[in-house]
Amino acid sequence: MPRNKYVWLLVAFAAFMVLLAVGLGLDAREIPSPLIDKPAPEFSLPRLDAPEGKVETFGPGDMRGKVWLLNVWATWCVACRQEHPMLMEMRQKKILPIIGLNYKDVRGDAAIDASKMTVEQEAALVRARANRWLAGQGNPYALSVLDMDGRVSIDYGVYGVPETYLIDKTGVIRFKQIGPITPETLRQELLPLIEALNR
Amino acid sequence: MKKAYPGIFLFLVAFFASGIALASEVQQRVTDPVTEKRLHAIAGELRCLVCQNETIAASNADLARDLRREIRARIASGQSDREILDFLTTRYGDFVRYRPPLNPVTLFLWFGPLFFLLAGGVILRRYLKHRQRVLQAAPPLSVEERRAAEALLAAPPDAGNPS
Repeated sequence: MPRNKYVWLLVAFAAFMVLLAVGLGLDAREIPSPLIDKPAPEFSLPRLDAPEGKVETFGPGDMRGKVWLLNVWATWCVACRQEHPMLMEMRQKKILPIIGLNYKDVRGDAAIDASKMTVEQEAALVRARANRWLAGQGNPYALSVLDMDGRVSIDYGVYGVPETYLIDKTGVIRFKQIGPITPETLRQELLPLIEALNR
Repeated sequence: MKKAYPGIFLFLVAFFASGIALASEVQQRVTDPVTEKRLHAIAGELRCLVCQNETIAASNADLARDLRREIRARIASGQSDREILDFLTTRYGDFVRYRPPLNPVTLFLWFGPLFFLLAGGVILRRYLKHRQRVLQAAPPLSVEERRAAEALLAAPPDAGNPS
């Protein structure tokens, strides 16, 4: 049978095209986190809900034995608004506790020059802004902590807001969502995983 | 005319604000040239995650600035370049490094081009050998064929060229 000997060239070309097509479909902004299946980095950050003049801190260790979400947010973050109804829904359905990590609320806002503020002034402004935002939009968080200079977020490999980490009972990160949680990720990925981890 | 003012105002605010932000980093910079040199070497190896085609050394993104501050702090606390690179790699993955480490995942990345070059060489070699065999196996020209070829070669350059 006279088989065309150049058929394999065509096959190689087709394979290359498939490779490129797959590459086109990938989102280069979504960088897989190396922290998946690793212990969530420890931190101790001031709580947003602490009464004025008092410092109360929170760390991931406080959540031992619970499956919980760590959600990175900021009042200047537009995509956080988009994600907000999903978080509210999770809170209302009591799916799991959500801890908010408020990321550079003042320093990250290009409209504010924080370089001349004292840390106290900045903290007061962050609290005022964050509380106003939560009062206006609704508060989906069991509590929020303040990462004013973003160092804890660097520890978590945060490079854009919002980002969300699902952490299991032993304090291990099991899932990371980069960008807003969509109804699809909630239904198809988060909910089954949460159920499995709670078992 | 009036409508343009808010835009200009915002632009000026942003313009001067960025100047202030830069100034604060310049101030840090002049303090220690040795640290800055090391910082530049390390940050030049790292990809900024926000604007992915810039290094952390070159990028003006907020995160890149924060990461430079982090590297500076780590240099000041006496960490080695390797420890600092490892710190960032465990947080952001191999992706942050412009020269990713050799491991099973990056094997194709490192040796893929070499593989394709070698494969190309092998294919070329086989083709040339094959071609030579075909040429050698071809029967020599007959007398008429030789005469026709010579006539073609001897003809004036544009005689056989229908233009």
